[in-house]
Amino acid sequence: MQEQFNVSVFTEDQIGMLNRVSIIFNRRHINIESITASASEVEGVHRYTIVVSCTEDQVKKLVGQLDKQVDVVKAFFHRNDQIVQQEIALYKVPTATLVEAKMVETLIRSHGARIICIEPDFTIIEKTGHKEETQQLFQELKPYGLLEFVRSGRVVITKPMKEFREVMEEVEEAARKCVPAG
Amino acid sequence: MSKTATESKTRTMTGAEAVVQCLLEEQVDVMFGYPGGAIMPVYDALYDYREEIHHVLCRHEQGAIHAAQGYARATGKVGVCLATSGPGAANLITGIADAQIDSTPVVCITGQVASHLLGTDAFQETDVVGISMPVTKWNIQITSAHEIPAALSKAFFIARSGRPGPVLVDITKDAQFGKLDFSYQRCELVRSYVPTPQPNMEEIKRAAELINQAKRPYVLMGQGVILAEAEDEFRNFVEKAGLPTAWTILGLSGLPTDHPLNVGMLGMHGGYGPNLLTNECDVLIAVGMRFDDRVTGDVKRYATQAKVIHLEIDPAEINKNIKADVPVLGDCKETLKLLTEQLEAREHPEWLQRFRDCQEEEDREVVQGELYPEGDKVLSMGEVIRWVSEKSNGEAIIVTDVGQHQMVAQRYYRYARWRSNITSGGLGTMGFALPAAMGAKIGAPDRQVIAVIGDGGFQMTIQELGTVFQSKIDVKILLLNNEFLGMVRQWQELFFDKRYSFTEMVNPDFQTIARGYHIEAEKVTKREELEAAVERFVNHDGSYLLEVLVGKENNVFPMVPTGASVSEVRLK
Repeated sequence: MQEQFNVSVFTEDQIGMLNRVSIIFNRRHINIESITASASEVEGVHRYTIVVSCTEDQVKKLVGQLDKQVDVVKAFFHRNDQIVQQEIALYKVPTATLVEAKMVETLIRSHGARIICIEPDFTIIEKTGHKEETQQLFQELKPYGLLEFVRSGRVVITKPMKEFREVMEEVEEAARKCVPAG
Repeated sequence: MSKTATESKTRTMTGAEAVVQCLLEEQVDVMFGYPGGAIMPVYDALYDYREEIHHVLCRHEQGAIHAAQGYARATGKVGVCLATSGPGAANLITGIADAQIDSTPVVCITGQVASHLLGTDAFQETDVVGISMPVTKWNIQITSAHEIPAALSKAFFIARSGRPGPVLVDITKDAQFGKLDFSYQRCELVRSYVPTPQPNMEEIKRAAELINQAKRPYVLMGQGVILAEAEDEFRNFVEKAGLPTAWTILGLSGLPTDHPLNVGMLGMHGGYGPNLLTNECDVLIAVGMRFDDRVTGDVKRYATQAKVIHLEIDPAEINKNIKADVPVLGDCKETLKLLTEQLEAREHPEWLQRFRDCQEEEDREVVQGELYPEGDKVLSMGEVIRWVSEKSNGEAIIVTDVGQHQMVAQRYYRYARWRSNITSGGLGTMGFALPAAMGAKIGAPDRQVIAVIGDGGFQMTIQELGTVFQSKIDVKILLLNNEFLGMVRQWQELFFDKRYSFTEMVNPDFQTIARGYHIEAEKVTKREELEAAVERFVNHDGSYLLEVLVGKENNVFPMVPTGASVSEVRLK
């Protein structure tokens, strides 16, 4: 059964890592629905959050292959109920139509959105939330002549996971155990 | 923390010389390569070290990497090859992919255009780091001389440690010309990389319990046993518990062929019993193998009745193809020893007899006719291999290419010695054998090295005869010529209504070609000439081509057709 999974990959911060990570998805013909990359809480370690829809068997094998990469410290997968997630969306709308429609305040308030920039010819609205929420606002802004729309990939914090620093220490410890004695 | 095996005193030198120094620090004394523009500084530095490092000039970069693979497989050491940028680097890719899928430790060093030209479509520029990423265990591009020692040290460590594999280091030309203060620290630790999982005694205990209770235990031996140098540990393991053992194509020669517990080869053209009885055993013990589709056939109908124990160094292999009831992670040299300690001494005579009975049936239906064809029948590949096996006392390293001859050689050569089988297993790379045999001979000069090749594969890397000649490499080349791409033809016969679409070969005179390279050659077309010719072949001093014209439309059996279950193995 296909499900949505959140794959977190912690890697050394190196040129080409994104390629090495994404190849593993390509090769198994699994589409990446969204991807974000940033520094993690550990210096020198980057974190990729990748959303995919596939079977549990597939995601387990994906994570196994990711983990196997030399410069990947650790990879995990989580279901949506195991994470807290957020996406950010920006909407560019003509200022004139917004003012004419006299709907701006209601729209902003009801969506918990905010206006981050007003220019004579356009206004930029920002909303963070789940995809369905940012999509809803997208639908509602469409009649006002939406000029531009962009949505980020998902950022994810996992609920039950132990501190990554601890995981990393375990990996380092295991790596040290492989050094021959003497 | 990382330890220093060798600490050289600091000296200022060019990046190119540093590359050579790194190789010396890693005790590299042989390498295979082909020069070109972007790697010229390294070649220039090598010129001063001709005494220390034997560089073998191949005739194509694919030849160089296969030779490095053959060297690695024959010695257990890291094979090294050197190529230029662009086409040179791209020509390595097939061999890198082959080394990746067959877990062969290789370090490839490629030249690259100067760093200011990267991404400009410069002459002979290709993104080899990008191209090789899916088929390397690790790779890196170096744009500054001072990065060279650490990168190469890490490259060698990654290539040889854990589950071995190919590594590529791409060095821009300006980094080769640049200066650095050289010092070398042998890498033994990468913080994100755990080469070998520690054995878990709980897993080992559970595995031992299953084996001790088993009525019909069955061991599948893969290349992991050879890579781990676990010859004795493996033998003690199977002998103590009386475990019938089959080998995968890469596990071949992990036990002698004639060992009483060795029941033969797994896989599409493996033995009748080894395939059939997979679905009758009660405990299946896989050691250092990865349940390739050519071994399992239809996974849904594979050993579903059995408890599966999987001894494996690579956690990603566990449950990848076949679910393991008891995974035993770790280096099998260690886990086999721990497991054996907990085993009760057993024998399973009735169960072993099942394999013997199957073998008898296979002998009657297949083997007899292949090894001892009657009277006026065309020469068979099997009888040639039988003579080669006999005349070389099963002592040779057999390097095979890909196709029918490969299956026949591996089925019928009687391996007496450890580490005697080199072949392209996972990737099935035609053209592998000749260059791999060169590398094997250079790595194991005291051993007889015989390359068994078909007429198709021979012509894919036939140019390496030039290397054999120039570098005076004593490889014996057995060419089994059926004037067809035999394995594809066999499939066309069985599954495509004998529509022989582009598989018939109109061949050149291989004798003339060999002699053109000053390699002695002989051609056999008749049964009565065969024995004496094989005798001359194995005893000849120096390289030698023995070409045998074999039946054009002979087939290899047994066979598990694609998608079939192992229990549907066909004898005809």
